[in-house]
Amino acid sequence: MSKQVRTIVIAGNGTNCEREVANACRLAGAEVADIVHIAELLTGRVRLEDYHFLNLAGGFLDGDDLGSAKAGANRLRHAQVAGSTVSVADQLRSFVADGKLVMGVCNGFQLLVKMGLLPDLDGSGRQTTSLTFNDRGRFEDRWSWLAVDEDSPCIFTRGHKEFYLPVRHGEGKFVVEDEQVLQRLEEQHLAVVRYADTELRPTMSYPDNPNGSVSAIAGVCDRSGRIFGLMPHPEAYVHRTHHPRWTREELPEEGMGLWMYQNAVRFVRDELL
Amino acid sequence: MAWRIVTGLKDGMIDARGERVRREIREHLGFELTAVKTLDVYTVDAELSQAEVEAAAQGPFSDPVIQNVAINQPLASDFDILIEVGYRPGVTDNVGRTAREAIQYQTGRPFAAGEGVYTSTQYLLSGDIDTSQAEQIASGFLANGLIQRWTILKRDELDPQSGVPVTVPRVTSDSQPQVRSIDLAVSDEKLLQISRDGMLALNLEEMQTIQQHVADSRIQKARGDVGLGADLTDVELEALAQTWSEHCKHKIFAARIDYVDENGHREQIDSLFKTYIVGATSTIRERMGDRDFCLSVFKDNAGVIRFNDDWSLVFKVETHNSPSALDPYGGALTGIVGVNRDGVGTGMGARLIFNTDVFCFASPFLEKELPPRLLHPRRIFDGVVEGVEHGGNKSGIPTINGSLVFDDRFAGKPLVYCGTAAIMPAELHGKPCHEKQVQVGDHILMAGGRIGKDGIHGATFSSEELHEGSPVTAVQIGDPITQRRMFDFLAIAQQRGLYNSMTDNGAGGLSSSVGEMAEDTGGFEMHLDRAPLKYPGLQPWEILISEAQERMTLAVPPVHLEAFKTLAKEMDVEVSDLGQFTDSGYFHCLYEGKTVSYLPMDFLHGGVPQMVIPARWELRDHYEPDFAQPDDLGQTLNGLLGRLNICSKESVVRRYDHEVQAGTVIKPLTGANNDGPSDAAVFRPVFDSFEGAVVSHGICPSYSDIDTYHMMACAIDEGLRNYVATGGNIDHVAGLDNFCWCDPVKSEKTPDGEYKAAQLVRANKALYDYCVAFGVPLISGKDSMKNDYQIGDTKISIPPTVLFSVIGKIDDVRCAVSMDAKKTGDLIYLLGTTADELGGSEYYDSLGELGKNVPKVDAEVALQRYRTLNRAQRQQLVASCHDLSDGGLGVSLAETAFAGDLGLEIDLARVETVGTLRDDKLLFSESQSRLLVTVHPQHRQAFEDLFAGQSLRLIGTVTADKILKISGQDGTVLVDTDIIHLKEAWQAPLREL
Repeated sequence: MSKQVRTIVIAGNGTNCEREVANACRLAGAEVADIVHIAELLTGRVRLEDYHFLNLAGGFLDGDDLGSAKAGANRLRHAQVAGSTVSVADQLRSFVADGKLVMGVCNGFQLLVKMGLLPDLDGSGRQTTSLTFNDRGRFEDRWSWLAVDEDSPCIFTRGHKEFYLPVRHGEGKFVVEDEQVLQRLEEQHLAVVRYADTELRPTMSYPDNPNGSVSAIAGVCDRSGRIFGLMPHPEAYVHRTHHPRWTREELPEEGMGLWMYQNAVRFVRDELL
Repeated sequence: MAWRIVTGLKDGMIDARGERVRREIREHLGFELTAVKTLDVYTVDAELSQAEVEAAAQGPFSDPVIQNVAINQPLASDFDILIEVGYRPGVTDNVGRTAREAIQYQTGRPFAAGEGVYTSTQYLLSGDIDTSQAEQIASGFLANGLIQRWTILKRDELDPQSGVPVTVPRVTSDSQPQVRSIDLAVSDEKLLQISRDGMLALNLEEMQTIQQHVADSRIQKARGDVGLGADLTDVELEALAQTWSEHCKHKIFAARIDYVDENGHREQIDSLFKTYIVGATSTIRERMGDRDFCLSVFKDNAGVIRFNDDWSLVFKVETHNSPSALDPYGGALTGIVGVNRDGVGTGMGARLIFNTDVFCFASPFLEKELPPRLLHPRRIFDGVVEGVEHGGNKSGIPTINGSLVFDDRFAGKPLVYCGTAAIMPAELHGKPCHEKQVQVGDHILMAGGRIGKDGIHGATFSSEELHEGSPVTAVQIGDPITQRRMFDFLAIAQQRGLYNSMTDNGAGGLSSSVGEMAEDTGGFEMHLDRAPLKYPGLQPWEILISEAQERMTLAVPPVHLEAFKTLAKEMDVEVSDLGQFTDSGYFHCLYEGKTVSYLPMDFLHGGVPQMVIPARWELRDHYEPDFAQPDDLGQTLNGLLGRLNICSKESVVRRYDHEVQAGTVIKPLTGANNDGPSDAAVFRPVFDSFEGAVVSHGICPSYSDIDTYHMMACAIDEGLRNYVATGGNIDHVAGLDNFCWCDPVKSEKTPDGEYKAAQLVRANKALYDYCVAFGVPLISGKDSMKNDYQIGDTKISIPPTVLFSVIGKIDDVRCAVSMDAKKTGDLIYLLGTTADELGGSEYYDSLGELGKNVPKVDAEVALQRYRTLNRAQRQQLVASCHDLSDGGLGVSLAETAFAGDLGLEIDLARVETVGTLRDDKLLFSESQSRLLVTVHPQHRQAFEDLFAGQSLRLIGTVTADKILKISGQDGTVLVDTDIIHLKEAWQAPLREL
């Protein structure tokens, strides 16, 4: 077990993308990519501490009924792990403190933000940003260009300037509590990826910026660069046939989304094994 | 006491929902408002402390970054009129359910019986409107009176301290459970009255059959032995009515039909279903022999075919028309999550991989006055699209194929087809996964949601008898998350081998699901009082036939009972043990220990008398229109591209997640700018294989007005044509028929029943003829036979419509082909001949004509073409392939060009025709089985060699200049148009919907 890269994808109560996330982890070289239902964590049969890389997959936790991921965040905070006095949220905080990796995609990003784990500018765990309804008021599925802040501490985007990935959400507009939060995000290079035009210039214009996110922000990381969340779906572009124009363009076999998982696996091998 | 928690966006946040409502009020009702803001209200009816309510308000109920929250005081300010819309008692309130769970997590204690959280929405309208206009906005747009109620307050009427008065939509009932007996030893007239008054929909012959059954002395004795009286109970009569309903027994498709054709030849057809549908499949399977890829047909919730050695494919398409007419959102949502249960509940269980949807509506821009009680087609459009969006997206199932079909007769009844595919292991625990078998002694376990009065007696327009506290029964709202939890649970229970059989609870509820499963053992004993209820006050018969959603029934052997229950508890899924399957031969229900039904299984399932339906086909006086060829065919083409049946459906497609599960290889939108219209979808369901499933469909109701035989043939060909265009293997494809008809049984209300029945017969004959000719087995299907609107003297009947869906296989998804032109210099081929076949075409319809020459299909020629095309695709000789359908060659050329962002230069003189055709007819004829293919020049020889001896014509080349240039048969230029203009004409009509 010591030489295995062990990844976990949490499922249940409305997650939808767990299978393709686990597949991306496997393709990126992880020896273990377990899809674990939240009930397994709550019964204590599976423990987060046995893994290196935690994935929070896209979906509609509890239908996003109280706002995206709100009810999900509430469950993680309050539901106790059987036979212990800790919640899953407590386990998650220990996991992060141990120097491990967390990536949340779409609903998983919304969950990290609403639990206060991202961007967590001052380490207090207080929620300072949010994700809300797209400016156009509708769910949309379309592909977007993302420009990477290359000075970001983010582990997952290391060595890459750009990504082309699908967005599939109705509540993906990134907003901040106040200007200071935005300023700190940008100064510390925590606004990892931004919606961009085909020239990779961040943009506020629809549809290149599909939801009206502040400062075109599509994903953020914490100060360590080990917790990362984004609205676009990297697990949905791991092979060239995922690309919407694969029948007309010359593309490499591996899709751009796979790069993020490869970076994660490499980090685990280099730093955690 | 009840608390009211109100949340709203902080200043400066864009209220996207409010803005959309403002825009739509303008579109729907013509009221110009200056602003609409929205607030969410949670009415918490539970014993909680102030601190607990505050914790909920500040915690899960509001977002500190973007929202303000208030408790028991208003948040509304700065408006002219406030409208608050909430649900009526008993209507599924998904957000309320999640809110209750959130509080339970916080407090660590469950709500008591009768406690709950109810949600409502406040719309704050600013602008120059009065309360009567606000009433119009509420009743005509914001709310649906069947399921919702509303409060309207002017600004000065809102109490600044307490806000909108509290309303708790709790279901109240003081009715005690009781079982009535019904004396059937009465006159025929009285029998019919019993059927009518009880909304049983049983005809006289059926009522008489039941009457004779109970009068039988042996039956009387058996009843006496279990303590039942001589008369049937209401539980029994309701179970019979459900089981014998058109919906469950398909009596029209099972009827004996007395058919007379146009020459006076008479023919007796003993069941359309057995003769033509089952008949076609048996013939084809026999012919295929060892190559037969059908695994389970017609007997389960969905059809199953072979995918590869390890996996099997499951497919089913349903309709949900009447519920969608009443409540477009709830009806469509329930439609999709309902058909999902069919997929999951097939065999020992399957994993859902994609959805399909086809909607038939009247124009959303309809300006005609509508007869009473019909919703405007635009409301239906909006509601249905949103319902399927929520059902599919929230369930994590990509919606990868569909259509929108427009005809103003669909104002009478919209058609909402929802399809779903699933995948299952070929074998499970050493047995074929598509088979299941209940054992005597297995327990009857109901899993998932609770039972309410939902859907009892199906949809009904009558809401008059509802009182304030009575639950709404007419319509249901699906709950994708409760269903998703149940599916997650069932997947693990399947792996652990905890059950022997399962099926879903849909039409007829427990009565159908347990009744059908019990056919394996020959009986069951079920305790209705053990079923969990949403609220008290249900009668035993209501528990039996309720169509409350999100429920599956399982047969669990005693040895696994504890493990099954424990797993359910861990996964937060409610399961209840209702009794056991037996071999008693009886449909045996009890309530609090007393027998309330004791019907012989064979009578219940086999006792319904066969209907006899007269059908008479006659030729009608159709004619070909006489008109001059338009001067500017470029303009004609532009006009056709903007017609509702042809134009881009992108605004709808983008609202459906079509990529979740990361398997969609040919997506619904394709091409240089990701906006061209794909013919079919290709989906890769298993990550470690490049084998794919291909799905498409054909639907062409406009041809029904001339001859339903050819309508059916064209729908089959269109489905297959779309399928092969992307690379689907024509030798490994199955079909699925969904008939939506107007009432075909002659009666006072339907004087033209004989003609409509003949139309039905002819469609079935074509179904048999063409499925057999193409070698496409039918694996499942459904019919919906009463799609008429009739109030007073107004009757609107839909055009006879069949959706022909196909599902099959592509061996390697990397060989799939999209429809967009790829490269400058590529050669453009037209496969197939073009005839003077514009009857029922979009072109004629644009001129207000129907015509006579309906397109006909030559299956033998088409099959050879499709097989050859498959070979070309496998050799990767095909750069693009697009089918010709609505709008013919002209439309197909335009779409191929602008999807590829390239021009085309075309010479119509090279097109192979049957006889001589005018240029306009050649361009817009809808002759079947034709495909437009582009080929890189280096593959020219290989491609042409493959098609030697078949109809193949090189008609032009792909050009860089982004102009569609078409020369007529005499060399004059007919069309010379920038593709940007063509694309704009095609995209504009539905862009903002």
